[in-house]
Amino acid sequence: MSLERNRLTHAVLNNTPLLLFALMFIVFGLVAPQSFRFQSLENAFKQASYVGIIAVGMTFVLLTGGIDLSVGSNMYVSAAVAGLAMQHFPVGPWLALILCLFVGAAFGAVNAFAVAKLKIMPFVVTLAMMVTGRGIGLMFSKSRAVNFPDSVTGLGSAELFGLVPYPIVVFAGVVFCAWLLLERTALGRQIYAVGFSKEAARKAGVSTDRAIVTAYVLCGVFASLGGFISVAQLGNVNAGFGKGDEFDAIAAAVLGGVSLFGGAGRVFPGVVLGAVFIQAVSIGLVSARVDLYLHPLIAAAFIFLAVLIDSLRNTYLARLSRRNIRVEE
Amino acid sequence: MIEREVQFDRISKSFFGARALSEVTFSVGKGRTLGLIGENGAGKSTLMNILGGVFTQDKGAIRLFSKQYNPSCPADATRAGIAFIHQELNLFTNLSVADNLFIDGFPRIGRLPFIDKRRLHKRAAELLSSVDLHISAGTPVEMLTPGERQLIEIARALSRDARVIIFDEPTTSLTAAERKRLFDIIKRLQDQGRTIIYISHTLEDVLQVSDAIAVLRDGCLVNTGPVRKYSVDRMISDMVGRRIEQMYPARSTIPGSDTVLEVEGVTQPGIVRDISIKLHEKEVLGIFGLMGSGRSELARIIFGLDSCRTGRISIRGKDAASSSPAASIGNGLAFVTENRHQEGLLMEAAVSENLDLPSLRKFTRLGPARIIDRPRALASANRIAETLRIKSGPIHTQKVKSLSGGNQQKVVIGKWLLAEPGVLIFDEPTRGIDVGAKYEIYGTINKLAEEGVGILYISSELEELTGMCDRILVMSNGEIRAEFARQDFDQEKILQAAFSGRAGCGATGDNSGN
Repeated sequence: MSLERNRLTHAVLNNTPLLLFALMFIVFGLVAPQSFRFQSLENAFKQASYVGIIAVGMTFVLLTGGIDLSVGSNMYVSAAVAGLAMQHFPVGPWLALILCLFVGAAFGAVNAFAVAKLKIMPFVVTLAMMVTGRGIGLMFSKSRAVNFPDSVTGLGSAELFGLVPYPIVVFAGVVFCAWLLLERTALGRQIYAVGFSKEAARKAGVSTDRAIVTAYVLCGVFASLGGFISVAQLGNVNAGFGKGDEFDAIAAAVLGGVSLFGGAGRVFPGVVLGAVFIQAVSIGLVSARVDLYLHPLIAAAFIFLAVLIDSLRNTYLARLSRRNIRVEE
Repeated sequence: MIEREVQFDRISKSFFGARALSEVTFSVGKGRTLGLIGENGAGKSTLMNILGGVFTQDKGAIRLFSKQYNPSCPADATRAGIAFIHQELNLFTNLSVADNLFIDGFPRIGRLPFIDKRRLHKRAAELLSSVDLHISAGTPVEMLTPGERQLIEIARALSRDARVIIFDEPTTSLTAAERKRLFDIIKRLQDQGRTIIYISHTLEDVLQVSDAIAVLRDGCLVNTGPVRKYSVDRMISDMVGRRIEQMYPARSTIPGSDTVLEVEGVTQPGIVRDISIKLHEKEVLGIFGLMGSGRSELARIIFGLDSCRTGRISIRGKDAASSSPAASIGNGLAFVTENRHQEGLLMEAAVSENLDLPSLRKFTRLGPARIIDRPRALASANRIAETLRIKSGPIHTQKVKSLSGGNQQKVVIGKWLLAEPGVLIFDEPTRGIDVGAKYEIYGTINKLAEEGVGILYISSELEELTGMCDRILVMSNGEIRAEFARQDFDQEKILQAAFSGRAGCGATGDNSGN
């Protein structure tokens, strides 16, 4: 096997988000060039920001080899608690945000405890929390919509220096922090190690529990932050708030090259591209006047492609790592 | 007088009454390389696992650097300065070389939580150059060859300042150039005063790198001495020794002339090369090979679990190359795997469920739904359990995991007997089971042969093969090296053939690039 060919296969498999993005640009550039005006791109980023923030949190969990299905319910509970607090107590928007994040962290901590200490499968734990969270939220809000005052909705449409919308600023901040943590701290590298093999990580002296707990708690915090930003844009929280967002977040992460097998994927540029990708495709489809009923099918085709490439990548890497018993020369 | 770095003093260890090590005493000097050799199951791994803190000895003591040494876990051994370079490498292939070297202790920027990238890369580069690896510290490990990955493991051992380094079969997947580089590095480690224990079946390599040799056989130290007193022939004869003949049940039939399994020119690059086998009815054909000789891999290919690039396999006259296990079973082939816990049994399920599993189709009632006739299935399972004398409670409630090893193995055999195969492959059928159960399994194999079944018997127990087989094929380095008919069985010659291929392995120049 030649190293050069290895390098090329490697480059292709490790940069799927960029390649998918380029593919999309070429297709829509030919079919509907008007979808690439500055305004549309800014819209794509703005709409991508809340799902993107949740996807960044999801990335931490996926990197450890887990999954978090409860982020949608987490968004609902934490935003509802913040909204109700503002209705009944003299709570300002910033305190409400802190409260919201605190509830999100607690939500993630429950997941973390069940996964790390009780050793229950992440899929089952977070599925249970998805149902529980929705139930608790409905109980608090008596299944009525919770309205937010203008002090919050103002944040949703405000722009930093009158230029960049706040959701995009927050998204950028979250991406930077996550990048710093994952790439530049020991804990971040250990999260990748745990996702590759928990057993090997333990043998190498890594505290696997610390890595797993960090991932789920951060996922919870980012889910509630994403929820708050969405609320700031919508103005209220109804009983269906956040439903299905867990799958958008997983889709964004996977489109961004995060492996469902754990241990591979990057927040920047990967997950950012993944989140924007979904929005850009839908904007592109609208400008190209594609039948609305086809939109989900086309989005699904892209997600399928991303997962397929992830799977191919794993088969390929497994073949490279296999130890032969004889040397063919 | 050289300082003794590692001293084993009358180490004994038993597993469930079976003696693995008895009174092993020897020592390794500072800056020396000891070649540790012995057949499979001679006790090399057990001894090294005791040194590595995986097991604790029953009797005896270890002195490390002239101090009493009692590790209670592998981490203790690491802290004490012992490093293990396993055959299966322990690297995070998704991370960079530098990350792998420092995963449990990154250099930081002051007291901040951030990794000091500059120092990380500088220290990684120093470690890499000390193992002659000239690549960037940021390279992902998944891009490296097996030989390069092994050097990373060595560098990791150096980063933890290991003073005793154990190599377990390090050259199997190395090219000639990589092997030479490894030996140069071992020399250098020695010069730095580090102590090496080198375990390998490649005896030429052992002679080349070692200062002293220790030979284990059946858990006892047979011989130890400086390397100049040893040759490959002497090493082999020390390893074989002369053992008391065990009794094997006699078989009254001789092999027939019909071929039931034919393998012709099977090749899979990196695994096996040009394998041809003819198995006749009523024949017990042994395949002997050391660990990593390709014997189990060959069995997997024949059964259809793995594919082969070229070659032909036919089972009872039907072409079966590149088929699936289900098709093989349909053709009358059965495979008793080496690893009964993971591959042979559903540990949580009842004995009867395990027995009936491969032949469920036989027990279905007529009609489109093909519902299983449970009473009939259970009756058949009961009959087999009785024939094989499986010691168990009621077989429809007793879980397999609560049976003894010998009885579990009988369940594996029993489930294939129910499927009434024409050809049976046994891979290490008596590993880890007691003498009584072994004898019963030998009896069952003989009875099957008498009934006309062709049997492929894979084992690393030479004695067992010479006692049971009509013919023995010897595998080494993925090829068949020799064939012995029953009247020519000679343990020393068979072992020589098994060691033969390995010496020449990869000795033909450096063209690792293809």
